[in-house]
Amino acid sequence: MADPHDHHDHHHDHDHDHSLTFQADHPDTKYDLLEQAIRELVIEKGLMSAQDIQRQIDSMDSRGIGNGQELVARAWTDPAYKARLMAEPMAVIREMGIDMEHQPEVKVVENTDAIHNVIVCTLCSCYPRSVLGIPPAWYKKKAYRARVVVEPRKVLAEFGTDVPAAREVRVHDSTADLRYIVLPQRPAGTDGWSKDQLKPLVTRDSLIGVAPARTPA
Amino acid sequence: MSANLKPGDAVVVRNDIPTGHCRTPHYLRGRKGKVLSILGTFPNPEKIAYYQKGEPRVLYEVRFAPEDVWQGYQGASNDSIVADIYDHWLEPQNG
Repeated sequence: MADPHDHHDHHHDHDHDHSLTFQADHPDTKYDLLEQAIRELVIEKGLMSAQDIQRQIDSMDSRGIGNGQELVARAWTDPAYKARLMAEPMAVIREMGIDMEHQPEVKVVENTDAIHNVIVCTLCSCYPRSVLGIPPAWYKKKAYRARVVVEPRKVLAEFGTDVPAAREVRVHDSTADLRYIVLPQRPAGTDGWSKDQLKPLVTRDSLIGVAPARTPA
Repeated sequence: MSANLKPGDAVVVRNDIPTGHCRTPHYLRGRKGKVLSILGTFPNPEKIAYYQKGEPRVLYEVRFAPEDVWQGYQGASNDSIVADIYDHWLEPQNG
């Protein structure tokens, strides 16, 4: 029988074992083991089923920047909505149908001609997951977290964002019980655009503040 | 002792190294800043982390000038670092 791994014509001087179909990407860390142990106990004790856990994971994975695009594009087109979003973000977010029970408070900070906001969590990787889902990998890396508070303009430049010296770069370190979303500036050349036309201009990076919203092509 | 502060007040972050789970980053300890706003009252997360009852703490939004935090800061003079700091970490700064 032909085996796809039956290479008689070359030397097996590489370090993996062909007798294993799948090999772990990396050895389990103590946190992997802890998570597995807790998950198995929760299922065994009947607190949640494996399906319940999978549903939660699906729900987290399906959350994306869509909610952020909706918030921002609506704020750009409706001044009364924007005023409420800034003043009572939790009420506005709940009205979108997002369950904020047991979720940290979310605050919106607005980019203006005077201030460019950028968000970080130097202590861990706090992120408004309840609204925006999973953070990008770089947001959790020590390089971003350590550097953006020390040399924010250099980090922003690496994202392609040059902030004029006259404009304050304000780095928000989300150290406590609040999670931050940036309200980026509405791009020029979008006068008269509808909310749905504006939504695709709102990128994830613009909601974190490392880049402005997209400008129309 | 906890601070009773209002926006605009000058403050100093306690320069302390308690053991355990702290929400005040090391790089801001001992640094001076200004209260931007009062963010609300939250149960002290430094206690909750150890299954203790978190007493209510006032959370302040505090603005720091980067040149007061880092030596040789290479940015613009009006840049800022803003962090959320609990009242028991802040002391009013006089003069």
